[in-house]
Amino acid sequence: MAPVTRPVINPVPGARRSFPLFKAGLWRWVILIVAGMYFLLPLYAAIRFAGIKAYGDLIGASGFTSALWLSVRLAIITTLITLALMLPTTVYVHLKLPGLRRLLESLTILPIVIPPVVLATGLLQVAPASLKNTPYILALEYVVLAMPFAYRTIDAGLRALDLKTITEASSSLGAGWTRTLTQVVLPNLTTALLAATVLTVAMVLGEYTISSLALYTTFPVWLVTNDQSSATVTVAGSVFALFITWLVLLIITVAGTRRGRRTGRQVSLFTVARQDNRG
Amino acid sequence: MDQTATAPEPVTGSGAGPVPADQAGTASTVTEVVRWLRRVAGVVPFAAYLALGMLIPMIAVIIGAFRADNGSFTLSNVKMATHGVYLHGYWESISLSIWASVLPAIFGLLIAYAIFTAKRGSVLRQLVITTSGVFANFGGVPLAFLFIASLGSGGLLTGWIQDIFPHSWDGSQLYTLSGIVLVYMYFQVPLMVLVILPGLEGLRTSWREAAENLGATSLQYWRHVGGPVLLPTFMGCLLLLFGSSLSAYATAEAMTSGTIALTSIQIGTFINGNVLAGEVNVGKALSLGLVLIIAVAMAFYVILQRRASRWLR
Amino acid sequence: MRARHVIAAGAAVTASVLMTAACASSSSSTAASSAGTSGSSSINDATCASLSACGGMNALVAAAKKEGHLNVITLPDNWANYGTIMKDFTAKYGIAINDENPDGSSQDELNAIAQTKGQSRAPDVVDVGTAFAVKGDQSGDWAPYKVATWANIPADAKDTNGDWYADYGGYIAIGYNPAKVKVAPTSLKSLLNPMYKNQVAINGNPTEASAAFSAVYAAALANGGSLSNIAPGISFFKQLHQVGNFVPVTGSATTVQSGQTPILVWWDYLLASEVTPDVPGFKIVIPSDASYAAYYDQAVSKYAANPAAARLWEEYLYSSTGQNLWLEGEARPIELQSLISAGTVNQAANAALPPVTNQATLATTAQQSAAEAIVAQQWSSVG
Repeated sequence: MAPVTRPVINPVPGARRSFPLFKAGLWRWVILIVAGMYFLLPLYAAIRFAGIKAYGDLIGASGFTSALWLSVRLAIITTLITLALMLPTTVYVHLKLPGLRRLLESLTILPIVIPPVVLATGLLQVAPASLKNTPYILALEYVVLAMPFAYRTIDAGLRALDLKTITEASSSLGAGWTRTLTQVVLPNLTTALLAATVLTVAMVLGEYTISSLALYTTFPVWLVTNDQSSATVTVAGSVFALFITWLVLLIITVAGTRRGRRTGRQVSLFTVARQDNRG
Repeated sequence: MDQTATAPEPVTGSGAGPVPADQAGTASTVTEVVRWLRRVAGVVPFAAYLALGMLIPMIAVIIGAFRADNGSFTLSNVKMATHGVYLHGYWESISLSIWASVLPAIFGLLIAYAIFTAKRGSVLRQLVITTSGVFANFGGVPLAFLFIASLGSGGLLTGWIQDIFPHSWDGSQLYTLSGIVLVYMYFQVPLMVLVILPGLEGLRTSWREAAENLGATSLQYWRHVGGPVLLPTFMGCLLLLFGSSLSAYATAEAMTSGTIALTSIQIGTFINGNVLAGEVNVGKALSLGLVLIIAVAMAFYVILQRRASRWLR
Repeated sequence: MRARHVIAAGAAVTASVLMTAACASSSSSTAASSAGTSGSSSINDATCASLSACGGMNALVAAAKKEGHLNVITLPDNWANYGTIMKDFTAKYGIAINDENPDGSSQDELNAIAQTKGQSRAPDVVDVGTAFAVKGDQSGDWAPYKVATWANIPADAKDTNGDWYADYGGYIAIGYNPAKVKVAPTSLKSLLNPMYKNQVAINGNPTEASAAFSAVYAAALANGGSLSNIAPGISFFKQLHQVGNFVPVTGSATTVQSGQTPILVWWDYLLASEVTPDVPGFKIVIPSDASYAAYYDQAVSKYAANPAAARLWEEYLYSSTGQNLWLEGEARPIELQSLISAGTVNQAANAALPPVTNQATLATTAQQSAAEAIVAQQWSSVG
């Protein structure tokens, strides 16, 4: 059923009327090219300054893999906790307690305006020593830092859905809450979850303030320790960090999209709902 | 974190369950309370986490703001934080944040829309999403250097611009408030792209087609269909960008060395500086000021959103 | 010779620092001695306050080796030759060094001490600005320890009880890249010359970075101000900004090398250790119109995870080896004068220091904090 309806609901751009769509195509490229120049030219200036040799010096420095691996582990744990905490809460509030949405919105924005130093010192003052002795304490605090992004993306995704109809349809078909959440709501939130994941992972891979104050050598801290041997290596270091982060994100998005497609084929309800949405 | 795992469970029996109509006064009050508790149970894990991870540091900020160095109660931190250069800093921060949230919100929306209308799952889309993630979290001294090396005096692009338009841009403009706005867009625009993209999915192509079939112009479509669907999300994102630029610190610091009074930089001088020893609590009073600013912005947002939804109807 | 100026100048420090420090430290020393007597062995490395009290060098080395680690904090490799110093210490004693938060500030060090009490990761020793050494002393963070060469540290550059003591310092200097700066600047005032348009920077925000603050202090001295009057320094930078010479970015090796800030006003030893290796021909000159100098301080944490290694580290830093290694990083070690008298100084390194023509007077803590308050209030008027 799905393959038949898809072309109707989701027409190939440019198929019907050429003029307005040509216009649409044009503005899209203008925007993307201007944005591309804005983002890439300063980066080019930095890469040109750093030269090639500096990257070799950097990768040769000791402790790279263990620092990166610590950051990646923290990123995974942070993302899992964040999604496990924020997704059910946001869905629940949307469905059952819409009156609390404003409150939730206000609370989740606060971590962004409190300086990380303050968050870090507050946490380190009250945390028990056993927790302070493990780097995973960072993940617990990163969840708080990720909340503003995670809440907003999931909230935006849910607003875009006709959540009530979907969940009612699902429960009328006999699905429980857990099943509704994992098999109906979740697949319809792929973009929201992807955006939340991308923002959270990138945040953790780049977070310096809290990890340096908590005295743990995460990837950004390692970078600062090792990229000060010369000016070019310093700049190479920041470009290198961008590249590493981008690589990790690319792996996640490609893997995430694959999984999304597979689930799509398995669950028919999901397929229908999703199609209506992507239309 | 054990509380996270329990999140979905309490929902099943809550809320929708009908209350027997024949129940008497007190019994129904008790049922009401129980019902309310069950309803609220779904947000308990989140609330607990927030309390531990944010409320405790927040309370530390509030207590610190009213505490002298010897531990006694004082208003002097707050007094200092609301006078002279620190009061001025709030205004500079607010005006910077308005520009550095409105402009990126518009550009971010345009880019997100360009991606959204591109084919789903396409390489372009994935590239923009991942790249946005990378740039949205880029900042500090490295970001400042990118712009200093390209648009600062003697920078690469500055040279190109001066070849074409002499006497226009010599690089010194980069170290002004508008220069900072330009640099902040580097992380604000990608942040906007990522937070607004899920919201764009609410715009169904079928609606647009229906509007077109009924002879509606593009403007009419956005005024009556697209706008109302998107506006609440857009404004929420705007608020996020406002908060994000309000607290951004290291980039502006590396570009201006404090020659522009910004609250986030002033907080840094008290909390993790090398110069002012023993005035950490003034920094906390200033942080409290930022929280109040975001609270006011939030109130504005709520009012504006109500107005807008009425106007768009 | 040059060092004598600094050290002689150090004598001008008023008693106020020492009095504050002494008052605060009396409580910590009582606590320390009671802990010492209650210990099971006769030597307690966590409280012994001198080499002999720790059982002599051999006993200290043995105890430190047994601990096997030393936790230091905020010591960048290219800062005052710390990279070499740490490597040499590890090679000599076989004690591994963990250097945490290498880019952190003095305030970060105090925070870390407070947050890691009782943990194996707790910093053992700190290297902080004097205001923070005094502040930490008031909170009772330091364990008093007098190194074997204690007598060679000028009396006004240390706490009488041994809670903290100056380690190395330097002068505010003008560094410039001759490839871009054709006429050599010789004084801070000369930086106002229009030919230096868009060329002059300092290392950060004076309300936050002590090197930048010191640059403003030096500018005050060059423009009719004094250690008690920093306002002319702020006016100077305002003027520098108005003529278009001041580039308000955080100047560093990177911005000098990439050409945005060919002139950088910073500590002489940091210009030497961070910028010179990257910029061929880089020149460092101490301005003829302003001699401003300051020292950093060492202290052993009362909550040190490796108390014996901490004390051994101090002994090492204040031995002629440690002092000369700082000198090789073009920093001026506090015992430089004694090294010169004893003939143990590294002659070549000493000769490589940029020459000082005028005597520097060290600011007192009272002068310093008054100046800080003014800079905090007025610095943003520069922009």
